[in-house]
Amino acid sequence: MQGSGEQFPPGDGAEEPRESRAPHRVVGTPQSARARTLLEAPPQEDRRPERWLPAEPSNLDQAKRAERLVAALFILSMLASIGFVAAYVGLEVHSVVATQRSNLALGVSMSVAFGALAVGVVIWVRYLMPKVELTEERKPLASSPKDRAEFDKDFTEGAEASGFVKRPLLRRTLIAASVPLAVAPLVILRDLGPLPGTSLRHTVWRKGLRLLVFGPNTPLRPADFAIPGQMITVVPDGYQDNLDALAKAATIIIKFGPGQLRPPTVMNWTVDGIVAYSKICTHVGCPVALYEQTTHNILCPCHQSTFDATRGAKVIFGPAARPLPQLPLGTDAEGFLVATSDYHEPVGPSFWERG
Amino acid sequence: MTKSKTTEALEDTGRFLDDRLRAARAVRSALRKLYPDHWTFLLGEIALYSFVILLLTGTFLTFFFQPSMSEVIYHGIYTPLRGVRMSEAYASTLNISFDVRGGLLMRQIHHWAALLFMAAIFVHMLRIFFTGAYRKPRELNWLIGIVLFTLGLVEGLFGYSLPDDLLSGTGLKITQGVLETIPIVGTYASFFLFGGEYPGNLIIPRLYVIHVLLIPALLLGLISAHLFFMYHQKHTQMPSKGRTERNVVGAPAYPYFAAKTSAFFLFIFAVLALMSTFAQINPIWLYGPYNPLAITAGSQPDFYLGPLEGALRIMPAWEWNVFGHTFAFNVFIPALVPLGIIFTGAALWPFLEQWITGDRREHHVNDRPRNAATRTAIGMAAVTFWGVLWLEGANDVIADQLQIPLFTLTWIARFAVILGPIIAYWVTKRICLGLQRKDAHLLEHGVETGIIRQLPSGEYVELTKPVDEDKRAVLEYGRVGAPQLTGPPTDADEVPAPGTRGPLGRMRTRLDRVITEGIPIEADGHGNGHGDGHGDGNGHGNGHGSPAAVTAGEQEGARPAEPSGTDGEDAAH
Repeated sequence: MQGSGEQFPPGDGAEEPRESRAPHRVVGTPQSARARTLLEAPPQEDRRPERWLPAEPSNLDQAKRAERLVAALFILSMLASIGFVAAYVGLEVHSVVATQRSNLALGVSMSVAFGALAVGVVIWVRYLMPKVELTEERKPLASSPKDRAEFDKDFTEGAEASGFVKRPLLRRTLIAASVPLAVAPLVILRDLGPLPGTSLRHTVWRKGLRLLVFGPNTPLRPADFAIPGQMITVVPDGYQDNLDALAKAATIIIKFGPGQLRPPTVMNWTVDGIVAYSKICTHVGCPVALYEQTTHNILCPCHQSTFDATRGAKVIFGPAARPLPQLPLGTDAEGFLVATSDYHEPVGPSFWERG
Repeated sequence: MTKSKTTEALEDTGRFLDDRLRAARAVRSALRKLYPDHWTFLLGEIALYSFVILLLTGTFLTFFFQPSMSEVIYHGIYTPLRGVRMSEAYASTLNISFDVRGGLLMRQIHHWAALLFMAAIFVHMLRIFFTGAYRKPRELNWLIGIVLFTLGLVEGLFGYSLPDDLLSGTGLKITQGVLETIPIVGTYASFFLFGGEYPGNLIIPRLYVIHVLLIPALLLGLISAHLFFMYHQKHTQMPSKGRTERNVVGAPAYPYFAAKTSAFFLFIFAVLALMSTFAQINPIWLYGPYNPLAITAGSQPDFYLGPLEGALRIMPAWEWNVFGHTFAFNVFIPALVPLGIIFTGAALWPFLEQWITGDRREHHVNDRPRNAATRTAIGMAAVTFWGVLWLEGANDVIADQLQIPLFTLTWIARFAVILGPIIAYWVTKRICLGLQRKDAHLLEHGVETGIIRQLPSGEYVELTKPVDEDKRAVLEYGRVGAPQLTGPPTDADEVPAPGTRGPLGRMRTRLDRVITEGIPIEADGHGNGHGDGHGDGNGHGNGHGSPAAVTAGEQEGARPAEPSGTDGEDAAH
């Protein structure tokens, strides 16, 4: 590998091992004609500089040390990879703790395998490869005027040969054919979903439907919910597992003491100071899940729209523009809380057709 | 030396391939291609390699993930959720996390890599912007980059929506709520995307195919184009001695760049693996399955969507109901306008700058940010705008941590989002001009040595020594400013250039003066940017009316890194 490269040796077949050949040829390139001739090498000045890159780094001692370090890192990487396989095979996952252990072993061995290799290669580049800084000219990016002219000529000739320019009938009918072709793929997307219709204006609440406490799914009497300041989430009876229905019908009820509720709360829709509001925020539809007893504020944790529960859930801060709709409440023959109708306005975020 | 078996084998392979492909010439030129070096060039590589890691880990995850909203009862090893009804998507994600060996690691690497991908693109774009690397001929790659970033936002959002846990479901609900408010088409878009009313049972499979097929294919195609353009146009280079607009200085691809970049890929993989081992991300088992009635406080999207979230939070509650229709300004303005301004502005900027300055030359040497004071200031204004919205996206957490009332914080943000960018613009510009002034001083007066000498006349002077050549090359590059097509239009002797006529032309002239504002370097050491004399000084440099100004500019552009920049300035006088 230390071939001087001063000149091409005369006569060389590919099979004939010669000392100074290997470094000069890029692997994969065919042998030059010269390499196969028996003639003397041509004069010196005809050839490009022999070496483009120096063969050795400037500091050989440092390189020697670096070589050992790099080799050590590669071995470390190898061991880590073996460790990764061992951890995969050896550490079963049958409990959360075992999963943690497996994750730790796999992760650490993987990091070391990649990391040691990466550091090794970087040290290799920095200390074992000779430092070079080469300069080459940039060619202008624009093509030469000659190339452009030739391109123009060929393009025009092609266009003429195709007849695209001089046969307007073909051109126009081709365009006429491609327009509906482009529309067709859009049309077949129509069945991605049903049209909205009026579905956003309604929920599953209707007259006589019981309020079930979310979670235990039990009906509720006003007397069971008698402590002012409480807030709970309720769902319509029969829909407790229907996520599509609940996404709109989720409701909160809050108990107030006498005289706490004020307009624009609709008093006829409350029962014993219990008021029901939609749980779906009128901003972008997160569940309004936070309630502050002292201020009677309902807060949406997503974007902090804040509603005053004593005043018909009107907006007192944040980006929501409308109060939470109020659900008309009543009691049925058995004394359980029921809705007396659906919400009187669409719940949840605004939409174009809402009006 | 005898040829080794390996060499022979390589040669045989090479010959085999070349006999069939005639690739020696092309491959050789690829091997010899020079790559300039600078640490900021690694930012794009981080994004690229994160993407590769995303593809690898993502493929692994698809083997186990079930994109289905069918309800199942969980029976896996995570006891707190045993017996709970959940979607198959969520159950299979739990399964990946607990029952598949290496599954949790792959999931966490995938998520961390997604964050790194977006963060790297973000910083990479800032680097490109602040150094002017988007300038001709690289505008197309800048545009591709913006599209890549936008696609990345959507890809990330859809990706973290897939597990169908409580947090991701909340994000999806917000997405749907925002979609619904878009005028005219919103409701239809929502119904078509979700296959009916929210949540339905189609959204996860649909997001899945978009997330694993559609967007990755687009990303792959655009990244390939991005790399091809970069390869063809070659890297830019940072200003330094010996580097000009007409050359490339660096080390060849083979072996240097190839080895370094491979090592870098491994290094990124190692860092992501390490983070994923020790830093838990998106622990979906703690959130529980999605339920539209439930939510947790402190729900935040991944960081790159923070500005959208923040914009939703600070928007005042404006809504109109007219002619039977609802204009929910409180939702669709924050959803569309802030990012719209940033992305549209970024896409138009290179062309706007070209039009204003009339600079249509190729640029391959990067600007130092200080030397393009106005551009840097605009960039910092945009960063501030983004940053305020981003912080406001976590306003509940910040309010809690800093014990500031939430509403107060939101009001601060409402003002800061307007005033912050203005202040950032002004401050950045003053800092840039100050740094320019410092550089000009160094070039004009040299470095202070601290040696005091008494002259024969009795006068004391401090000796200065000229800036050394390497530093001079850096300091001088790009100092004379972009060429002014317009020249000084008020000069009575001159005929105004065609580009300066009419109201549009006058506006252009004014903008040009703002954009090219800078401190000129004057070799005679006088009149160096006293007070606000900068715009004027710049005009002097090229003060020959427009055609001459262009020529002068082009000459400078032709050999900007030569240490004769000061002389060139002299000649212009």
